[in-house]
Amino acid sequence: MQYEVIMNFPILSIITFLPFVAGAIILMMPPERKNETRAIALAAASIALLLSGWVYLQYLLGGMTGYQFTEQYSWLPQLGITLHFGVDGMSAPLVLLTGIVMFTGVLISWGDDDKHVKAGIQDRPREFFAFLFLLAGGVFGVFVSLDLFMLFFFYEIAVFPMYLLIAIWGWVKTREYAAMKLTLYLFIGSVVSLVGVLAMYWAQYQNTGMLSFDMLQMENAGFSATFQYIWFLPVFFGFAVLGGIWPFHNWSPDGHVAAPTAVSMFHAGVLMKLGAFAALRVGIMLLPEGAKQWSWLIMAFAGIAVVYGAYIAFVQTDMKYMIGFSSVSHMGLVMLGISTLNQTGLTGAGVQMFSHGVMTALFFAITGMIYDRAHTRMIPELGGIAKVMPFATIGFIIGGLVSMGMPGFSGFVAEFPIFMGVWREQWLVAVIASISIIITAAYIMMNIRKVFFSTMPEQLEGHVGDVTVLDKVAITTLCFFMIVIGLFPAVMVPMVERGVENILRLLGGA
Amino acid sequence: MFSPLIFASILPEILILAIGLLILVFEPFWKEDQRRNVGWLTAGGLFLAILISLLFGQPGEPTAVLGGMIRFDWLGFFFKILFMFAGAVTALLLMDHERAGRRGEAYLLLLASLLGMNLMAVSSDLIMLYLAIETASIPLYVLAGFLLADERSTEAGFKYLLFGTLASTIMLYGFSLIFGFSGTTDLYQIAALFTTGNISPLLAFGVLTLVLVGLGFKVAIVPFHFWAPDVYQGSPTPVAGYLSTASKAAGFAVIIRLFFVALPEFSVSWTLILAALSAITMTVGNLLALPQTNIKRLLAYSSIAHAGYAMIGVVAFSQLGAASVVFYLAAYIATNLLAFGVVMAFSRITGLEEITDYAGLSRRNPFMALMMLAAFLSLAGMPPFGGFVAKVFVFTAGVQANYTWLVVVGIINSIIGVYYYLNVLKYVYLYRMPNEDEEQHPVPLTRPYTIALVVLTIAVILVGTVFAPWFSWSNAAALNLF
Repeated sequence: MQYEVIMNFPILSIITFLPFVAGAIILMMPPERKNETRAIALAAASIALLLSGWVYLQYLLGGMTGYQFTEQYSWLPQLGITLHFGVDGMSAPLVLLTGIVMFTGVLISWGDDDKHVKAGIQDRPREFFAFLFLLAGGVFGVFVSLDLFMLFFFYEIAVFPMYLLIAIWGWVKTREYAAMKLTLYLFIGSVVSLVGVLAMYWAQYQNTGMLSFDMLQMENAGFSATFQYIWFLPVFFGFAVLGGIWPFHNWSPDGHVAAPTAVSMFHAGVLMKLGAFAALRVGIMLLPEGAKQWSWLIMAFAGIAVVYGAYIAFVQTDMKYMIGFSSVSHMGLVMLGISTLNQTGLTGAGVQMFSHGVMTALFFAITGMIYDRAHTRMIPELGGIAKVMPFATIGFIIGGLVSMGMPGFSGFVAEFPIFMGVWREQWLVAVIASISIIITAAYIMMNIRKVFFSTMPEQLEGHVGDVTVLDKVAITTLCFFMIVIGLFPAVMVPMVERGVENILRLLGGA
Repeated sequence: MFSPLIFASILPEILILAIGLLILVFEPFWKEDQRRNVGWLTAGGLFLAILISLLFGQPGEPTAVLGGMIRFDWLGFFFKILFMFAGAVTALLLMDHERAGRRGEAYLLLLASLLGMNLMAVSSDLIMLYLAIETASIPLYVLAGFLLADERSTEAGFKYLLFGTLASTIMLYGFSLIFGFSGTTDLYQIAALFTTGNISPLLAFGVLTLVLVGLGFKVAIVPFHFWAPDVYQGSPTPVAGYLSTASKAAGFAVIIRLFFVALPEFSVSWTLILAALSAITMTVGNLLALPQTNIKRLLAYSSIAHAGYAMIGVVAFSQLGAASVVFYLAAYIATNLLAFGVVMAFSRITGLEEITDYAGLSRRNPFMALMMLAAFLSLAGMPPFGGFVAKVFVFTAGVQANYTWLVVVGIINSIIGVYYYLNVLKYVYLYRMPNEDEEQHPVPLTRPYTIALVVLTIAVILVGTVFAPWFSWSNAAALNLF
């Protein structure tokens, strides 16, 4: 009975619109009050984290299934557009993930401005946090939307602030090129999906006589097999571009490298999940027959991405490029899990989305901290960081263990089921994809040895100092989730499984 | 004969006329340095007129009034509101224009053309329609060439006049043929008479082409677009903004009524012609916008492209199509006026109009930069700004009407658009002034600009987020056609 009250409380709308409101308030601040601006941003991010954590815990502890915390408001009845929010076992972890990345992203953007270190965002922080929050609001919106029009609306909101964030605060050398490339890739992907979404909308109207963008109703729209066969490709791959699927992954590493640290965290940690999630929710769940027909193609692309991404990461000398390509590889695992269309694989994909999001956010955060102090990200030019930044070193090692899929960390909980699921469908792909584990282990270990434990080059001696307290809080927060899930898979896996059941129901128990 | 209904149907025009008379009375008594206040009078009067019209002038069932000359319905009414809004904002933007702001004639001409546009939206008779179009156009020719000392402006005015009269003459010829074939000038009877006669498709095609020349010129679709970039660049910036929004929307109001009401029988042929024109317009507009270095020319080509997007809704030839065009125009009017408003406010201080001159604007005036961001992202079709929903609605209508190929062309064009709109924002946000001394060069806004730009920004965001009321109005307008 206590849930009665909770259900009526519009917590998902609050989570979604909080960043927009906070962004608007931040824009009203006078530009010279930088610390007050940051404080407001941090307060808003903390509230968002608490609320999303609360939603997650309620869903987990309440043993909920299906879509919960649903809210529905009529928005444009003539075209059947509603503001329909709700989370299930798939999206609740991602909402939490967004909260985590938003919180830690604000923390590490706070920065430090002394004579050696120019960390965080010192130039126009007001605009930075406003755009970052616009992005965060869009991301929350996609994860909780159950209306296709609104999903698309928030999806686009999440795309364009990236351009400004990268172009204005990014790495001087490549920012203009990378920002434009990223925006065009994502925009092309999203508009390709849009055509498919509109086709679905009218096909539903023809089949059922109902004008509605509501995804729960579209599940029963009765799309013909031919229709699904044709339209699955644009819908799925249009969204999957943002998921970094090979061969449309090219924008992603360039974007990571050019972006400022917090944006890299958002980009790899959350935005790429956005693509995978939308592809899953719109592509697979609404066009299940098409998914069955084309799953071999997704599997092939994802298999290539896993190995290729890992190999390219292995040969990089720039730490950010290395992590960028490792993201392509790990997101390939997510896609691989999705392509199995079986329970094990999909569960693994769901957990991997969360696990990789936290892990890669941690990697980018630490790389950013090193770069701000050493002024280089090139692996050969670095060394001995462990002495000056012991805390960051521990964080990076934990992240590395997650990345390698070591038992006891969240990476294992995620990757093991994915490989099992793939094995059941196509054992050869599983064998080939598992090569990536070895390559990943190799580049992570080499990186840790060279950057953190070899002797420090002379030019770095003296002016590379330790990270700030805020940075430590961010690192701790991120590590906490990876270890907890690794040690107690029960805090996430059963929940994702309940989300997967819903997908399997739509797939006809496949 | 004279009933309250007739009074209500022309209430906005009566109010506009009243504002004009007030200006005539007061302006001669004001001293030179007070004449700027005519702008307050015009803008305030128009906002009041919008309010009064909304309160007392709302149409009920569509009715023909004044002997069938005009039609009192939601289609016309919603457009009138849009035009008056655009007129009010333009008056505010004119106020601090160095050479036009202190001259009462400018505002009077603006009101005269507004009167014509309002009548364009409601005319239901060919003769009335032609008169309305001319009433709207002639003041605009003068306004475009208003800056006599400026060669560009004179050239713009003259060019606009020559192209405009040519196009409207050809259109008049088309009108006369329609009359010849049907024997009536009443738009609502033409459809019935046109079908009973045996008109060969070739002739019908010819008539359509002639009419399209005039209307295509008004809305600046390819291949009748050549005047637009030169005229926009040369005219005073607020006038250019007005030309690209209200004047274009008025053209669409006529297109919708003429094609949907008078010529539905030939929809097979005209939807195809318009589909082709729409595809060409979008593509040419966007491709030519790419190499532009002058911001007003960029906006001119972008506004050509937007006529193409809006045309998709006309091509769809459905209730949703009509509603989406009206909605598109509402979003576009607010967006493009905002873009031109920022350009005007910027060039008033700096005297510069190149895109590169916008470097460092976000440090010179952060709020102006944000408004420019809203305008350009809305033009690019990004949420939460009006341009996004407007585009999606138009595309939705296109897909419904099985014009998926046209929607795909539109989408490809949106991608091109994103590129050059973001490119402008790159200057605003990323690049800096040569000496990096933006603090020494602020770009202050005077009060009329602040009011106009804030109102427009709110409008752009409102249309893009809370779109139900605007869509309901657009839909009510579209319902009158079917």
